[in-house]
Amino acid sequence: MAAPVLTVSELTGIIKYLFDSNEILRQVYVRGEISNFKYHLSGHIYFVLKDERAQIRCVMFKNRSILLPFMPENGMRVVAFGYVTVYEKNGEYQLYVEDMEPDGIGALFLAYEKLKAKLQKEGLFDASAKKSIPFLPKNIGIITSINGAAIKDLLTVIRRRFPNVNILIAPVSVQGKQAADEICEAIKDLNRIGKLDVIIVARGGGSIEELWTFNEEKVARAIYSSRIPIISAVGHETDYTIADFVADKRAPTPSAAGEMVVPEKKQLLADIAQRKKRIIAAMCALLNTRKQEIEYIKRSVVFRKLRSEVDNNRIQLDLLTRRLLRETVNQLMVKKSALKTLMGRLDVLSPLAVLDRGYSICQTIDDLRIVKRVEEVSSGEEVKVILSNGYLLCNVISKEKKVVRENDRV
Amino acid sequence: MTEYKYEDAIARLEDIIEKLEKGNLSLEESLNLFEEGIRLTKICTKILDEAEGRVQVLIKDLNGEIDFKDFNGGCI
Repeated sequence: MAAPVLTVSELTGIIKYLFDSNEILRQVYVRGEISNFKYHLSGHIYFVLKDERAQIRCVMFKNRSILLPFMPENGMRVVAFGYVTVYEKNGEYQLYVEDMEPDGIGALFLAYEKLKAKLQKEGLFDASAKKSIPFLPKNIGIITSINGAAIKDLLTVIRRRFPNVNILIAPVSVQGKQAADEICEAIKDLNRIGKLDVIIVARGGGSIEELWTFNEEKVARAIYSSRIPIISAVGHETDYTIADFVADKRAPTPSAAGEMVVPEKKQLLADIAQRKKRIIAAMCALLNTRKQEIEYIKRSVVFRKLRSEVDNNRIQLDLLTRRLLRETVNQLMVKKSALKTLMGRLDVLSPLAVLDRGYSICQTIDDLRIVKRVEEVSSGEEVKVILSNGYLLCNVISKEKKVVRENDRV
Repeated sequence: MTEYKYEDAIARLEDIIEKLEKGNLSLEESLNLFEEGIRLTKICTKILDEAEGRVQVLIKDLNGEIDFKDFNGGCI
C-alpha cells in the first residue's frame, strides 16, 4: 500500500486546507433561497441556501446577524457574502455568512429608502400638507386597473355602504413601464374634471416588483400636487409604498379604502331618526316641565292669595259698577222729569198754543212786525194774519181804537 | 334650501339636542330650536339622497379629449 494511512483529523485537515487555500472560497457571493432557517438562542442564525439543484449549510454569527437591516426568513431569495470552510468537528463544510441582502429587491429596497428619505426631507409626507378626506363624498374618482381585483372590491364595498354615490373610474395599468405615467395623467385628468370630492389610487396585492410603480418619484409628486384629496390603497396591509406616505390617507387594502371613503348610509339614516326622536323627546319633556311648573304655581299659596285678592277686587269692582250704573240711571230720571216739566211750561208759553185756542197774530207785510196797537197800521194797508194752521192776507178797511181807562190796561 | 354640509348640519343638530336636553331655555327659544332641529333632520336626509349613484369610466380619444361612459361591470 503506497498510500499512507491517515487519521480522520489528518484527512479533515487536508480537506480544510484545500478549502482555505482556494481564492474563490475565501471571499464568495452566493445567490440562493433560504430554507431551514433557525434563530438560535445564542443569537447566531443557521440556515440552508439552495437553488434548484444544490444546497449549502450556512451560519451567520451574532456579531454579524445583528447588523442585518432585514429579517431573513424561509423562502426569501438572498445574496450572501462570506467564506466557505470545513467545520472539522462534524466534518461538514459550510458558508460562514458575513453579510447578506435580499436578492432582486435589494437594489429596489435601497432606491426606496433613498427616495423616501428625499421626499420626507422635502416635506411631501408632512401631516400639515395632508388634505382632509370629506366625510360624505358625492363623487369619487378611482384610479386603478379596470380588470383588477381592486376595482371589484372597491365597487362592492362602496355600493354596499352607500348605494347612490357617484363613481368615476380612470382605468390605468398598475404595473409595467407605462403604469407610472398613466397614473400621473389620470390624477391630472381627474383634477381637471373638477367635480370629484376624493380620489382613490388602488392596486391589489402583488410582489414588491409588481407594486413598484407606487414607489416611483413621479407618482409620488403627482399625488402630492393633486388638489383633490387622495387615498392610497396599494397591495396588502404589510405593503408600504411611497404613494402611501405621500397620500392624504393610506388604506391598508382596496376594500379598506371602500370602508374609509363612504360612511354607511343605513347607519346615517338610523342616526338621523335617532336624533329626531331625541329632539321630540326633549321638547315633550320641556313642555311637561312647563306644564308642571304652571300647575305648581297655580296650586301655590302665593298664587292662591293673589287670585283671591284679584277675586275680591273683581267683586268690589262689580259692586261699584252696579252702583255707578244705578246712580247714573237715577240722575237721568231726575233730569228727564225736570225736562218734562220745563217742556210743559214752554208749551204753555208758545204762541202756537195760543193760536190753537182761536187767537191770531197780525203782522205787517213789509217788516213782519207784530201789530199790537191800531196806530201801528194805517187804513188800506195789507197785513198778514197768522192762524193756527196758516195765514190770511188782509186789507185794513178801517180802524177803531178801543177807549179804555188808564187802570184797566194790562 | 341652503347649501348645508352634512357634517355641519349634524353638528348643529347635536348642539340643538344638547341644548334642548339641558332644558334651561325659555319656551320661545326651545320652540325655535325644536323647529330648527326638525328642519335639519329633513335637510340631512335630503343630502344623503342627492347623488344618483352612477358608475362611469373616464375615456380619452386620440386628441386627449375626456369623455365618460357608463361602466357595465366588466372590461371596456
